[in-house]
Amino acid sequence: MTSQTSRHAEGPEGRFVARVLVYPRAEVLDPQGRAIEDALGRIGFDGVRRIRAGKSFEVALEAADEEQASEAVDRMCRQLLANPIVEDYTVEWVSE
Amino acid sequence: MKCGIVVFPGSNCDHDVYHVLSHVLEQETTFLWHQETSLEGCELVVLPGGFSYGDYLRAGSMAAHSPIMAAVRRHAEAGGRVLGICNGFQMLLETGLLPGAMRRNRDLRFLSVDVHLRVERDDLAWCSGYRRGDVLRMPVAHAEGNYVDTGEALDELERRGQVVFRYVNGAGRREPAANLNGSERAIAGICNAGGNVLGLMPHPERCAEEMLGNRDGLGLLAGAVAGGGRLGALAAAGG
Repeated sequence: MTSQTSRHAEGPEGRFVARVLVYPRAEVLDPQGRAIEDALGRIGFDGVRRIRAGKSFEVALEAADEEQASEAVDRMCRQLLANPIVEDYTVEWVSE
Repeated sequence: MKCGIVVFPGSNCDHDVYHVLSHVLEQETTFLWHQETSLEGCELVVLPGGFSYGDYLRAGSMAAHSPIMAAVRRHAEAGGRVLGICNGFQMLLETGLLPGAMRRNRDLRFLSVDVHLRVERDDLAWCSGYRRGDVLRMPVAHAEGNYVDTGEALDELERRGQVVFRYVNGAGRREPAANLNGSERAIAGICNAGGNVLGLMPHPERCAEEMLGNRDGLGLLAGAVAGGGRLGALAAAGG
């Protein structure tokens, strides 16, 4: 599993917004991505090398500081938002 | 044996399992609402098929965090019997009570067809009505039944003999065309190391009476309530 954390965006004190991106792991067959890839080819988009179909979540939360916010979102990803057997996730911080 | 069927919002095979356990096999059977925290002394806990929470996020992932699941986990860890059918199997994977995960079916279609299964273990109480190598016909009805795990984890699963059912053709042989959802190693059902937790995608409760034209699934539900006591000991004795 990979997790990248960019610098937290500035926001009101104690309030954070994370954007969590979840994708099928590279080595896991992604039938949805494959189907979309085929469809793009059929409607004339040449040169599409790969499509991976994933999900994104916006998590607005309150936390004492950046470190706690980051730690909480990471646990959310591991326990519910992503299934580590088949998915990787990344976390980006955005302004509210 | 006292049996409990956990009902989640979106369960739709709960009454089918109830019918077979209560009316066909004449077991004391009760429904357990997912927000309960007690299994009310049930020895067999069934997580039924359906679309719990509308399959939000990933099939079974929301149900895996329902209040009752803590009790189900304790029951399983103490050697109690837990059977997950279809969506119930997906829940067992999401809770980690069984290893692996489900992907969308290989061809992205919802599959509602009869499949053939080969029985890979007959030393478990679940399979006491079958012989190893028996070929059963059972219906499947799912969109996410494409079983996957890492290569090492699959090897470990095989080494420990945790694969209980595999998709095969009518002659009992594996072939890609018989593995409709694309599951790794044609896996249709697995158990935990102790043998007391079983999950499978096919629906034994839909083929447990002669009047339905097929009773191949009755053996599994009869096995689930056979013997009483703890299944873990049986599994250990059987290797």
